[in-house]
Amino acid sequence: MEYIEEFRNGDVAQTLAQAITSSARLEKHYRLMEFCGGHTHTIHRYGLPSLLPSNVEMIHGPGCPVCVLPMGRIDKAIALANLPNIILCSYGDMLRVPGSNQYSLQQAKARGADVRMVYSVDDALTIARLNPQKEVVFFAIGFETTTPPTAYAIKQARALQLTNFSVFCNHVLTPVAMDSLLQTQHSDANAVNLDGFVGPAHVSIVIGSQAYEAVSQKYQKPIVISGFEPLDVLHSILMLIEQINQHRCEVEIQYTRAVTREGSLLSQSLMVDVLELRESFEWRGLGSIPNSALQIKHEYAEFDAEKRFALPDTIGVEHKQCDCGAILRGLKKPMDCKLFAKVCTPENPLGSCMVSSEGACAAVYAYGRGSVPV
Amino acid sequence: MSTVIDTPNRIKKLSGPKLNIKHGCVELSHGSGGRAMAQLIDQLFFTAFDNEWLAQKNDQACFPITAGRMVMTTDAHVVSPLFFPGGDIGSLAVHGTINDIAMAGATPMYLSVSFILEEGLPLSDLQRIVTSMANAARLANVSIITGDTKVVERGKGDGVFITTTGIGVIPNGISISGDKACPGDHVIVSGHIGDHGVAIMSSRNNLQFFTTIESDTAALHDLVHHMITAVPTIHCLRDPTRGGMATTLNEWALQSQVGFMIDERQIPIRTEVNGACELLGLDAMYVANEGKLLAIVSPEDSATLLTTMRAHPLGQDAAIIGEVVHDPHCFVQLKTKTGGIRMMDWLAGEQLPRIC
Repeated sequence: MEYIEEFRNGDVAQTLAQAITSSARLEKHYRLMEFCGGHTHTIHRYGLPSLLPSNVEMIHGPGCPVCVLPMGRIDKAIALANLPNIILCSYGDMLRVPGSNQYSLQQAKARGADVRMVYSVDDALTIARLNPQKEVVFFAIGFETTTPPTAYAIKQARALQLTNFSVFCNHVLTPVAMDSLLQTQHSDANAVNLDGFVGPAHVSIVIGSQAYEAVSQKYQKPIVISGFEPLDVLHSILMLIEQINQHRCEVEIQYTRAVTREGSLLSQSLMVDVLELRESFEWRGLGSIPNSALQIKHEYAEFDAEKRFALPDTIGVEHKQCDCGAILRGLKKPMDCKLFAKVCTPENPLGSCMVSSEGACAAVYAYGRGSVPV
Repeated sequence: MSTVIDTPNRIKKLSGPKLNIKHGCVELSHGSGGRAMAQLIDQLFFTAFDNEWLAQKNDQACFPITAGRMVMTTDAHVVSPLFFPGGDIGSLAVHGTINDIAMAGATPMYLSVSFILEEGLPLSDLQRIVTSMANAARLANVSIITGDTKVVERGKGDGVFITTTGIGVIPNGISISGDKACPGDHVIVSGHIGDHGVAIMSSRNNLQFFTTIESDTAALHDLVHHMITAVPTIHCLRDPTRGGMATTLNEWALQSQVGFMIDERQIPIRTEVNGACELLGLDAMYVANEGKLLAIVSPEDSATLLTTMRAHPLGQDAAIIGEVVHDPHCFVQLKTKTGGIRMMDWLAGEQLPRIC
């Protein structure tokens, strides 16, 4: 058992695809949103659309942490990196995301800013320990998956009495975003009606399936929490279609090998110890959402880069024709954007959805463009 | 074929103190053209590369021109770390250039080498690298016949940068080029992909957890020699280094104005490499190889070529992984393990790890 190849098996995929085809009622068009960018990536990387019947449509959601971060926050990170004596540590994905005027952390790095790619916040702690004369700032982004490690690192920094480590906190919350998305869909006459959600994998390990129960009931949308492997996704699609056909509306767990109803209580308590709700946070595409993000608690203020450094007020200037906002809300597909694959490419991304491989535009560009008969 | 002269002490050496290899390090004077530089070259480079051309101590090497077509290629090596599981920058600098020559179907003969050394590089490291180069060249029956050394200030290099230029000869009747792929041709890979890139990634400071994966760095000219002897009409050959297999296929698609349909299930890839790529958020199709080649051959010759490759130690895991198709868009497409079909596009920027 390798826990990778088993979940990519072609024969099982065929069986699942046939089950989906025979379960999906011909007269119905199923619109399912995969909330998470990780699922978007899997769907395109394994060519799953070519296995699905034409009446089962996957719509990409806003769950790409890099994509939903508004330009203003990226501009702030760049401003931080450009301050003297700073080492800014960031996840690799963030480096190429354009802020205002197409300026990214990678470009700031090329012009002399000390920006380092790290695999985990733990690496940033190590860099802080090894460079006591420098200020080390961790650019913390992501949904609940990456939040507990950030909280833990702050506690560690205090335990180690590190005085040169701080966090630029941009962590956001999944169920609140899902609620906001459905609310705008509800009030927007042009919005497509979603029939259900393929729910987040890693996020749900932390927060548990019960975190989605309220939103599922409120908007009457079935949710199936899915693993990130292709068979997980196909299985979850089948489970969703069965729920829809049977007029059920439940939060089900397909990813039972990792997710429980309660989630990880240890991770949750770490977050509560160190972080608290922000009054409001700007999301790319979704606008300003109350109580949708986390900030560092007052008692850990010395580790809060926003309090430690004077940062400029930044208002990101989006490219006028960029449709990232509508794409993140599932209102448009990447191909609908006038800039897609013409002006906006992975080499020259104008919008954030073209940067991370979890972004809908990047995934469609890299994997989905070539659906020509050969 | 070049002759490696294996007589020690035939190069007249400059008198003076011995280099302190054990404790010494590269200093700016080692690149200044004076006695220190001459000593470094004499005691380190000449001793290791020892051959008749270097013995002449000229600023250039003269050699006879043989019949047939000549090929020339150059490659700069800037790898970090300098030493990694399965190899080092020295062996890599020799193999890389030999392989670029071999991919034309040519026999590599001579190499030149240019070192850019950083002030402060331990001489013991430099000796290890130079010895590794000499061994790699000797094993490949190739002579390093001329070179250059420069030293840059501390902080302005990454230990050592090595550029090698190579010259080889193509036997008559061989014509291999990236623009010769035809619809229907088969694509063969010589073995497991992704080993080198993953070995390098995992030996970098903060990722020391995949200790079992070694770089595949190797000189492929002998494998190529056997291949062109068995099937002289091979259409295309390339070693998928930076950018990996996907990049080579995309380059060929444009050069030959064709498409590819690759079957993911047929691609040899080690479980450890797969696991490392999963963890690091990389795609093995784009990860560098230093001892693998891709070949395109007409379908009637592919079985013969595959058998020949599998009989060679560097090709024993060779596999037919797909075929050339007619496609005006020049797309490379992949039939995934799961059964879906998707594009395998050019790499965009650097491969950056995903967040979750």
